[in-house]
Amino acid sequence: MEQNFVYELLGQEWYGIAIVSILPLLFVLGYALIAILLELKVASWVQDRLGPMRTGWWGVLQPIAEVLKLLQKEDITPDAVNKPLFNLAPFIMFVAAYAAYAVLPFSSVFVPAGIDLGLFFIFAVGALAIIGIVMGGWASNNKYSILGAMRAASQMVSYEIPAAIVLLAIASLAGSLNMQEIIAQQGGGIHNWFIFGGEGSILGKALITPVMIVMFILYFVAALAETNRTPFDIPEGESEIVAGYHTEYSGMKFAMFFFAEYSNMFIVSALTAILFFGGWQSPFGDFLNQTWMHPVWMVSKAMFFVFVQIWLRWTLPRFRVDQLMDIGWKTMVPIAFIGFFAIALWAMVR
Amino acid sequence: MAERKTIEYDFGRVDTERMRLNVGPQHPSTHGVLRLEVELEGELVTDVIPHIGYLHRCMEKASEAMTYPQVIPFIDRMDYISSMNNEWPYVMGMEKMLDIEVSERIELIRIIMAELNRIGNHQIAIATFGLDAGAFTPFLFLFRDREMILDVFEAASGGRLLYNYMWIGGLQRDVPPTFKEDCLRIVKTVRETNDEVERLLLGNRIFIDRTANVGILPADVAINFAASGPVLRGSGVPFDLRRSEPYSLYDRFDFDIPVGRGEVGTVGDSFDRNIVRFREMEESCKIIEQAVAMLPDASEDVRALVPKRIKPPKGEIYCKAENPKGELGFYIISDGTANPTRVKARGTSFVNLALLPEISKGYLIADLILILGSIDIVLGEVDR
Amino acid sequence: MQAKDIYEKLQKEFGEAIISFTQEDNVEDFVTVEPAKLRDICLFLRDEEDLDFDYLACLSGVDYKSKQSDDLGVVYHLYSVALKHRFVLKVVLNRENPKVPTVENVWKAANWHEREAYDMYGVIFEDHPNLIRILTPYDWEGYPLRKDYKEPDEYNGIKVPY
Repeated sequence: MEQNFVYELLGQEWYGIAIVSILPLLFVLGYALIAILLELKVASWVQDRLGPMRTGWWGVLQPIAEVLKLLQKEDITPDAVNKPLFNLAPFIMFVAAYAAYAVLPFSSVFVPAGIDLGLFFIFAVGALAIIGIVMGGWASNNKYSILGAMRAASQMVSYEIPAAIVLLAIASLAGSLNMQEIIAQQGGGIHNWFIFGGEGSILGKALITPVMIVMFILYFVAALAETNRTPFDIPEGESEIVAGYHTEYSGMKFAMFFFAEYSNMFIVSALTAILFFGGWQSPFGDFLNQTWMHPVWMVSKAMFFVFVQIWLRWTLPRFRVDQLMDIGWKTMVPIAFIGFFAIALWAMVR
Repeated sequence: MAERKTIEYDFGRVDTERMRLNVGPQHPSTHGVLRLEVELEGELVTDVIPHIGYLHRCMEKASEAMTYPQVIPFIDRMDYISSMNNEWPYVMGMEKMLDIEVSERIELIRIIMAELNRIGNHQIAIATFGLDAGAFTPFLFLFRDREMILDVFEAASGGRLLYNYMWIGGLQRDVPPTFKEDCLRIVKTVRETNDEVERLLLGNRIFIDRTANVGILPADVAINFAASGPVLRGSGVPFDLRRSEPYSLYDRFDFDIPVGRGEVGTVGDSFDRNIVRFREMEESCKIIEQAVAMLPDASEDVRALVPKRIKPPKGEIYCKAENPKGELGFYIISDGTANPTRVKARGTSFVNLALLPEISKGYLIADLILILGSIDIVLGEVDR
Repeated sequence: MQAKDIYEKLQKEFGEAIISFTQEDNVEDFVTVEPAKLRDICLFLRDEEDLDFDYLACLSGVDYKSKQSDDLGVVYHLYSVALKHRFVLKVVLNRENPKVPTVENVWKAANWHEREAYDMYGVIFEDHPNLIRILTPYDWEGYPLRKDYKEPDEYNGIKVPY
């Protein structure tokens, strides 16, 4: 399978590699602007108001104004912080968020680094973000920050387990950790998506679909928890611990945290699309499944789940830290295990 | 009904140091400039020490230099969320001292204004309580509706927050001609939004889990702390001054006193305090409807009985009324001159806030914020 | 129960410690008691079945300074939630040495009220668990609501009068 059209065109020389590494960055920057606008607009529509209206037509330039504002803000480094760690933390967050794009397949012919351990890699770099958060929280020398950092660490570690089990189930269904391979198996139309159990007999699909839906919900909830979005925004619960681990950050460093959060939102949404909804595959089989349509499908599926995350954020209240752990360990992990066995069984018999 | 959950943590083997956290005076959810010194063990609250006085504006001292009518704007600024209700006990007390009997129409207008204000106060209380729990959207729904109430107040008094509307012996001015329709329109909208809020927030599983069994206040403790209003009623005590010592025309109205029943947890938890407020809004709607029906159309000179010079005889009075937050009392001492000797305000929030250390120990810090929100304080009244 | 009946009941129980019963125009009937015995009287008022004053509605410090007197006072407004009757209790204190036993252990509500009375009038509530200033800063000097209070020129280097 050809993995990368850029290498096809230019060869795997340094300029080819440079272009391959910059393309996702351009995408992420563009996406972040759209996601900010989406957040503002969805929030305002949920709340029966108009939202930003004065920057451009219907406020479409608002995200640019926000970025400009953040760029101009004074970059405060408080005296009592551990300066090297304080400055390093946002970059680790950003690197962790960006590194995941390396294995994200946008199309059948474009994935920046098509490694066979794609799923595993995404998970590994996702865990890197915890280091950034704890580092930032600890280095800030602020009690609210350390509380937020501790909450974030425990929450992200806990919710990685159900998420990992779901991932494992999908990997066993597809027989591969390579995401291109996982997506390729879901081709041929909407009925072959993993949310409906992939390829197989009608009866078997009818039996496995409820399990897959449960697994999808589990994964999505765990993903919400990992990106620290409401109802799991406990690490930055503004009404309790002010802003959590980024209380002391301002200006561009704060923007980095902000950016990492939005970028993580896209990654978990894209992963949901890849694992359950056929990634870049068209829902109509071969219709509209040309190579150039692949990124469109991929991004629109992912953006839908980004929208769902935003929608949930403005609808639900926040959990408490012990309830969060209860749900993670006592509910989600057992269900995930049961689902894993069911799917493994299905993978064997279908 | 959810069974009662107690949070038990065993720190026996771990050598932990307790952390002192300063919540406020600049903090997103202390509802003003309240400073709480919190002792934490991990996230578990072991001690809470409220430090107040950051908004102390010497209202009582300043009142001693004012004439009696000049005190009213100061009283507005105490509980600035429910100014209409604040003015009432003071005005009522002064009228009793001066032996003024205002007309029925004025009383009805006062009742309508106070009940509208009560709805507005509870809207803010529920909205900010939801905000403390992390739900942002109901906050804006409720604030949107409160605008309508403020519009009516603005049309009547010229102010949107501080009204100076009830005067000793009457009102500042008569209500606008569309007053009745406006009130009925508000009642309708409030009911519609309450329905929405109930589904969006109060019936939400996460919200119930957050608030049920949190900050349990037993009835005897509540009475011992002289709690009042929804805080006391949330503990199951049907104590409402409008009923137990009917003032004005409240004995003519048909309304219920909602009390906490422990539907989702224990009687007297944060959920109960909040649901009592929510149900009181419906009761206020009922009162407004009845009052609007009773209100005579013919306008009158609402200042007819307002004395030119107010010089009450030597004496003293403790006059109280049911503020949205509870019993608001004024202890006024007159020495026969035009200035009061003493105006002591028994601030409802001041008394209710004293409960906080009692009911918030042993919960998590996230619960502490919710408990504070469920008490519904306004720092203007705490610090005066 | 009327204030008169409560007064007679108290007099029967405490005798000398009940100083007077006052009935005047424009004043709610009140009873003045000896400060030293205050706590016992309050316990009696709270625990006696047909009195049942379980609710301390208000506790106010007062400065009675005038041509005739130079006293401070504390006024207790009591209420019974169950029996729905009210009662006013007063103590009169010496300005130089205003000491009165705390009723914090009778009604918890008194805690902050007494701190406020201490803060504003300098009334010392004996045995109060935490008698510190509450509304003014902890290092404020003087008792602002006393009639003879002179505001300071300066507080920690900040000019006070405007």
